[in-house]
Amino acid sequence: MNEMIMPFILTLDATLRLASPLMLCAMAGIFAERSGIVDISLEGKLLSGAFVAAAVTTASGSVWVGLGAAMIATMSLSALHGFATITHRGDQVVSGLAINMLAMGLTIVVGHAVYGRGGQTPALTNDLRFSPNTLWLSDMLKDVPLLGPIYSELLSGHNLLVYLALISVPATAFILYRTRFGLRLRAVGEVPEAVDTAGISVFWLRYRALILGGLLCGIAGAYLSVALGAGFAREMSAGKGYIALAAVIFGNWRPFRALGACLMFGFLESLSTRLEGVELPLVGELPTQLMLALPYVLTVLLLAGFIGRPTPPAAIGQPYIK
Amino acid sequence: MFKSLGTPPPLPRWAEVLLLPLINIAVAFLACAVVIWALGENPREVLWTLFQGPFLYPGNLGYTLYYATNFIFTGLAVAVAFHAKLFNIGGEGQVTLGGLGVGLLVMSLGPTLPAILMVPMVILVSAAFGALWALIPGYLQAYRGSHIVITTIMFNFIASAIMVSLLSGPMMQPGQMSPQTPPFPSNAVLHKTHDVLHWLGFDQVANSPMNLSFFVALLALVGTWMLIWRTRLGYEIRGIGNNPDAAHYAGIRVPRIVLLTMAISGALAGMMALNEVAGAQQRVILNFSGQYGFVGIAVALIGRNHPVGILLASLLFGALYQGGTEIDFNYQSITREMVTLIQGLIILFSGALYYMFDPWLARILALILPRKANPEGGPS
Repeated sequence: MNEMIMPFILTLDATLRLASPLMLCAMAGIFAERSGIVDISLEGKLLSGAFVAAAVTTASGSVWVGLGAAMIATMSLSALHGFATITHRGDQVVSGLAINMLAMGLTIVVGHAVYGRGGQTPALTNDLRFSPNTLWLSDMLKDVPLLGPIYSELLSGHNLLVYLALISVPATAFILYRTRFGLRLRAVGEVPEAVDTAGISVFWLRYRALILGGLLCGIAGAYLSVALGAGFAREMSAGKGYIALAAVIFGNWRPFRALGACLMFGFLESLSTRLEGVELPLVGELPTQLMLALPYVLTVLLLAGFIGRPTPPAAIGQPYIK
Repeated sequence: MFKSLGTPPPLPRWAEVLLLPLINIAVAFLACAVVIWALGENPREVLWTLFQGPFLYPGNLGYTLYYATNFIFTGLAVAVAFHAKLFNIGGEGQVTLGGLGVGLLVMSLGPTLPAILMVPMVILVSAAFGALWALIPGYLQAYRGSHIVITTIMFNFIASAIMVSLLSGPMMQPGQMSPQTPPFPSNAVLHKTHDVLHWLGFDQVANSPMNLSFFVALLALVGTWMLIWRTRLGYEIRGIGNNPDAAHYAGIRVPRIVLLTMAISGALAGMMALNEVAGAQQRVILNFSGQYGFVGIAVALIGRNHPVGILLASLLFGALYQGGTEIDFNYQSITREMVTLIQGLIILFSGALYYMFDPWLARILALILPRKANPEGGPS
């Protein structure tokens, strides 16, 4: 029996691996957007996080230092986004776009100047990566029917950052819905005037939301280059930041629904790699490239009100003028 | 901080149009110079190479104008939408669709029609496909309430997926491994400028990918100016850009104008395919859109959405692109992606941080310039 469900388990396993950076970035997007700031710079932050993590890990010889540096780098980019859009009331989309281009240019230029070979960082050995962890008792439970493989193959055997990504979702939900900061954060994205009248700084709240998001993007970037991969390659984020943004919208700006969207998008990606060139009975070979575009198509349909109605934060995209 | 200084005086028009963009560009280059210096190269030398790019070798000027053609189309596309306060960041996808349309047309008609019929059709189809790809997000914004920024971003990715599956499937050249169509027959191409000039007797002109679509781009510049400032539609576009409610009460049908604006914007973006697909490559190759759709935003920001500004900004960016290739040749440690960095900085300073320099410049100018009598008569 366990042999029969193995292909499904392995597809779901790949889903989890592919969805992890999406989850982290989506939670970052939720913090930013629930505070009223459009954040299309998730992509650029993910990319720079990946580069800094790989470069600093190579230089320092410690993956933890790399992770820390990545978080600092992405938090600085978030602060820049905040400086442009909160302090100087610049257009949030334009600022995000600028950060994405900066990230793309900087990672390639600096990577090429330091490492040559087209901006790739040297391949990292396994002790310089977040390598898979085997969960407690996983070997012993392997042969239990059904639950055994789910535990030992699907849940066990991932690197630390995957678990961090999984924890980030309930953590985000807790912060948003169960803390004073979260209440204020949601309020500032809906009616910033009310928050201001209550004597709370709209600017500082939004800055904190963005920087918290930056921290999560840093982890996501490190995941790409020092956990899932073994080094940085140019344009390695490959649109994942935008997919995470789509997941935020698809999840109606709520953590658990966004998690569902991330898992669905990750599943589509793992399915499309699995089905590439495979002839299926009745339908033949599926257009796997078009399957990769499904997250975007679904998000467009959702936004157009064909599947449910999205309710974005009311004050999103508008700079606050005191 | 600003409150204590009072509201800054309004910026004189010439300063807003000329001085501020120049300051923004200068700051962007300054930031870039810091990066070059940090990488251990001489910023002055590198940037000088970048600026000399168009003039170093014969043919470089042609390359510069060839790059500029792309920027004119995508810059105009962004600018037209900006006039209606619509942010079309889907230029990339519209360019892709324009190219696919041209490819489909040429591959289905083949070399049957004479060039005099075929070339106008190529131009029309590139515009029509681009328009279609912008029309859908326009429709969704106007009638279904979804936000155009998000939809156009999504449409970029959908376009690229369609492109990959078509170019590696039905449209792929038989017997080839790379995703590209067979070369176009000569009735469907926009000829290279140097070929035309050689034919006219100017034998000295060096080869470059610049082609006749540059002149289509110039026509598009004039056409856009006419449209925005000399037609009723242009008035309505600016109307909904300035105040959609007022426009609505003045009898302008806002959703209809949103649709038309997006269609025109997409058509302009789609026509960039003329330069790359019908002119330079003479076939559809994967990713020919090459981020030009995004850079169009920088071009429109620098050019202040005016055709003259867009022409100047396109020439500047064309020169930078050509300079980028020279940097690749001349420097070991610096690559042409330096230009992407500069573009990012330009978008940052002239777009997102636009309001950072504006009040300070206004105050400084107010100190330097002779005071005019205050026409309103209020306290100044």
